[in-house]
Amino acid sequence: MAKIRGSIVVNIDRCKGCEVCMVSCPTGTIAMAKEVNHKGYYYAYPANPDLCIGCASCAMVCPDGVITVYKTKI
Amino acid sequence: MAEATGIKDILKPENLVYNKTKIMTDNVLSYCPGCGHGTAHRILAEIIGEEGLQSQTIGVSPVGCSVLLYNYLDIDWQEAAHGRAPAVATAIKRLLPDKFVFTYQGDGDLAAIGTAETIHSCNRGENILIIFINNGIYGMTGGQMAPTTISGMKTSTSPYGRDVKLMGNPLKITDIVATLPGTYYVTRQSVHTPANVRKTKKAMRKAVQYQKLNKGTCFIEIVSNCPSGWKMTPVLSNKWMEENMFPFYPLGDIKVPEEKSAQ
Amino acid sequence: MEKELRLMKGNEAVAEAAIRAGADGYFGYPITPQSEILEYLMEASPWKTTGMVVLQAESEIAAINMVYGGAACGKKVLTTSSSPGISLKQEGITYIAGAELPCLIVNVVRGGPGLGTIQPAQSDYFQAVKGGGHGDYHLIVLAPASVQEMADFVGLGFDLAFKYRNPAMILSDGAIGQMMEKVWLSPQQERSKSVPAWATTGKPSTRKRNIITSLDLDPNAQEVFNQKLIAKYNEIKEKEVRYEELRCDDAEYLFVAYGTSARVCMKSVQLARAQGIKVGLLRPITLYPYPSKRLNQLADRVKVMISVEMSAGQMIEDVLLSVNGKVPVHHFGRMGGIVTNPEEVVENLKSKIIGG
Repeated sequence: MAKIRGSIVVNIDRCKGCEVCMVSCPTGTIAMAKEVNHKGYYYAYPANPDLCIGCASCAMVCPDGVITVYKTKI
Repeated sequence: MAEATGIKDILKPENLVYNKTKIMTDNVLSYCPGCGHGTAHRILAEIIGEEGLQSQTIGVSPVGCSVLLYNYLDIDWQEAAHGRAPAVATAIKRLLPDKFVFTYQGDGDLAAIGTAETIHSCNRGENILIIFINNGIYGMTGGQMAPTTISGMKTSTSPYGRDVKLMGNPLKITDIVATLPGTYYVTRQSVHTPANVRKTKKAMRKAVQYQKLNKGTCFIEIVSNCPSGWKMTPVLSNKWMEENMFPFYPLGDIKVPEEKSAQ
Repeated sequence: MEKELRLMKGNEAVAEAAIRAGADGYFGYPITPQSEILEYLMEASPWKTTGMVVLQAESEIAAINMVYGGAACGKKVLTTSSSPGISLKQEGITYIAGAELPCLIVNVVRGGPGLGTIQPAQSDYFQAVKGGGHGDYHLIVLAPASVQEMADFVGLGFDLAFKYRNPAMILSDGAIGQMMEKVWLSPQQERSKSVPAWATTGKPSTRKRNIITSLDLDPNAQEVFNQKLIAKYNEIKEKEVRYEELRCDDAEYLFVAYGTSARVCMKSVQLARAQGIKVGLLRPITLYPYPSKRLNQLADRVKVMISVEMSAGQMIEDVLLSVNGKVPVHHFGRMGGIVTNPEEVVENLKSKIIGG
């Protein structure tokens, strides 16, 4: 059975850690890192990458446009 | 092991579904974390890119938090004096009628100091798009009361909450411009959820089409947050916005073209 | 094509000259004593002929910001008003100066302060030549003394504005705006099709985006910009000074007067000469840049200078700076919208200066 699989890449140093992506993710893929980036923000990252369906909800609400989204059927 | 290989397989150019549009420059946005300005900028940039308007667009930036907007979209820009963007855009469009001309203004800019320019450009039906970010506060100057600050809302110049008897009422300028004969399409949207982002983008795309058809002024209000000014986390500010701003500033179309509404 | 002779008001001459100069846009708001400009343009309807845009704005503030928008597109645009309206435009004017945009602003001056009077005055001199709005900037200021010059300075003003990317102002007054004289009008010039490299007209892939702004948050960059403006103003001072002299060669007394006052002083020179008093007149045509060098030279030859102005004495400060103490400088003028008459100028010279 074909399954939709997605993946996100976060531009960590441009992330301001606002968490808006995290609460917009329908699958719980995203969490905030325990460490900070260059600017001192706890950046977003795909904590549960297997859950990502590539819906781009996170990227759409990201004010700083730091998320790139990929999607495929496997 | 199989899953790890899977992710590598996914991250291929042919699987790319969402990337920052090239219309956005690489400059780091000057906004606070979670501010809706960035999202609104990106939606606008995506529309300009997708509609092939880069070489046809002249934007007018305001005074306020988005004063540096011209650093973020790779198009020709004019930076207007506080509140005067619609007058500036009026002249641009009349002198270059084939170009796509828009203003991007905050609530202080558009609904306080620039009220006359807003009302009269809308009333003349200037063939421009006005994008109005309403976060109910003066963000750049440090969170003072705006014309759109809702009753009871705390700001640095209404520290005990807006007392409408003392300070006057919040101004629903979008509803006012919708009553003017010159406006063609007036809508109120937000950019805080994926669904709302899609609706806002759709509204902007409509506005682009209407401008091409010389239909008159299109006016898109985006009710947005100001986490720093409201003194909340970004996520909480969006929740507060839904609970407090949306009842007073309900989302949705306020004025739609007659031929559409007749359908 | 030949020039055309017409009998016109100064205000009408500005309007007709703007059309003929190939202006792209006019944005204005009615105010006495210059409303004929907008009225004339609306009647002439140049959008049907040359394609020139004419728009009655909701305020002087909107009008000057429309000028900003049009000028930033590289277009030849102008606005006109009278004193209280020019005060309202000051915010826009300083932004235009700060963004280095070319445009033409006409001030048909009336007496002030405040709502003042609708009669002619020269009491906006400081505002016009010293800045007017906030920040370190200057306008190029032209002072017409006839209806002919009202027409001629429209083209000259645009030329200088574009040459230096700087706003130019015609500082007229209610007398010259309202009076009728014969005027030779230049033939119709085509509207320019060329687009300056800095203009915002939509960014093609072949160039970087153009940004028109007067904002620089970096104080170091702002200072560099201020220095660039000063260099520009110095070049303007070097190259663009214009003035006219009348019987200065053997003059012992020198009237310094512009615009309507200069017209009055032309007669005063005649009257005084008929009585054996050797008087000359220097008429600054550009008020910024000011003919300081010439006045300084003349200060070596004359006994006294008299700044004749329809104001409490504003230009006199530039005369004083120009002569730098070489000769005494007096002021004579009427205010409140009263035009000085030639006899009282001579009487003042005789009783207060020669006999005083």
